Amino acid sequence: MKLVIIKYNAGNIQSVLYALERIGMEAIVTDDHAAIKSADKVIFPGVGEASTAMSYLKERGLDTVIKNLQQPVLGICLGMQLMCAYSEENDTQCLGIFEEPVKWFKTNQPGIKIPQMGWNTIYDLKTGLFKGIKENSYAYFVHGYYAALGEHTIATTDYIQPYSSALHKNNFYGTQFHPEKSAGVGEQILRNFIDL
Amino acid sequence: MREIFARKGAKAQLGNMLTKRIIPCLDIKDGRTVKGVNFENIRDAGDPVELGAFYAQQGADELVFLDITATVEKRKTLSELVNKISHHINIPFTVGGGIGSVEDVSVLLQNGADKISVNTAAFKKPQLVADLAKEFGSQCVVLAIDTKQEADGEWYVYLNGGRTKTDTRCVDWAKQAVEAGAGEILLTSMNHDGTKQGFALDITAHLAGLLPVPVIASGGGGTMEHFVDVFTNGKADAALAASIFHFKEIGIPELKEYLHKKGIVVRQ
Repeated sequence: MKLVIIKYNAGNIQSVLYALERIGMEAIVTDDHAAIKSADKVIFPGVGEASTAMSYLKERGLDTVIKNLQQPVLGICLGMQLMCAYSEENDTQCLGIFEEPVKWFKTNQPGIKIPQMGWNTIYDLKTGLFKGIKENSYAYFVHGYYAALGEHTIATTDYIQPYSSALHKNNFYGTQFHPEKSAGVGEQILRNFIDL
Repeated sequence: MREIFARKGAKAQLGNMLTKRIIPCLDIKDGRTVKGVNFENIRDAGDPVELGAFYAQQGADELVFLDITATVEKRKTLSELVNKISHHINIPFTVGGGIGSVEDVSVLLQNGADKISVNTAAFKKPQLVADLAKEFGSQCVVLAIDTKQEADGEWYVYLNGGRTKTDTRCVDWAKQAVEAGAGEILLTSMNHDGTKQGFALDITAHLAGLLPVPVIASGGGGTMEHFVDVFTNGKADAALAASIFHFKEIGIPELKEYLHKKGIVVRQ
């Protein structure tokens, strides 16, 4: 199993590598096109800002590489948002794999903090990515933008309103939460992705 | 969309499903946990990795590792420790203590820390908060404030682990730091710390209501009821404690069960 984590100018990439090591998987962190294309599974993680990340990916031709991958790909957090069509974050055209738009959380409710930071539930779970995961399990989130619900939603979370906490289309998967930081639930989801 | 809302309509209090967090804090010196730790079920109570993993397995929502190592040359031990922690612990963790530059933070994040906390250095050079937020994002910048209520009733900022008083009000510094990019406030009341008489509810509630970022309450937690108070009356987003967990005065699973029974949303 050749597991590749895409290296780009976003944070939190090492954490994913370490999480895979915890479940006994080795991965390579690289931005080499050939290495990414020839991997069995590709993980596209990241914490950061959408427009800066998209420019970086485009400059290095990684946008085209990611869009055309045929093997299972898992986007995490910013990675998932970049796989959507468009992000309100600095008016950014993204990769366009998922049609769901990415929007900023807005609320007039007092006491609701944005970004959302912490543990929230995931429900209406679909696909093998969530094999063995109970409805309303807790996952760890850190984000101010969210992907709206849509036909590719495979997990839902409520924060201000229901939104997509995971997406799936063909070989592409994305989670808004951080499986690498979501305790046993997250480790199971990473194992499920590796077993896809 | 309308249909989805209708379907979920029965679910009350949308937006309030984010849990309140319980955060054990481990003080680290030269790579080892200090302050007494009293556990039968772990082999080496001084090993922060083992203790952290134990808390994670018990249901802690995050961990804070506070380095109180005095000397600069021993800081390398910290990055090695952070690397070890991130290889063994499957929940988010914050590292704090003596962090003063973008380079310090870069090393810790590369070794797997999720957030870092800054205190004295940020107060002395507020630009540090802005620089860190710009470089790494607000989500990983925790501003720790040690504060004390003086005879005039005001809460003031203290530096250097509580040894140095300033004339700045806690509220003013918190607001300034959040505007500069701090993503979370770790608020320790020196009046309450170590007393086990309960958290500082007023100042916590004041900051939590005022600021758009989460507030972690620290100092004074002694009973499970204190945690209920800090989440309800104190409006805290998270509560941090050390010795009551280290000495098993309160177990995390029983604390969460108690909070749940009191109607507080927690991860179990």
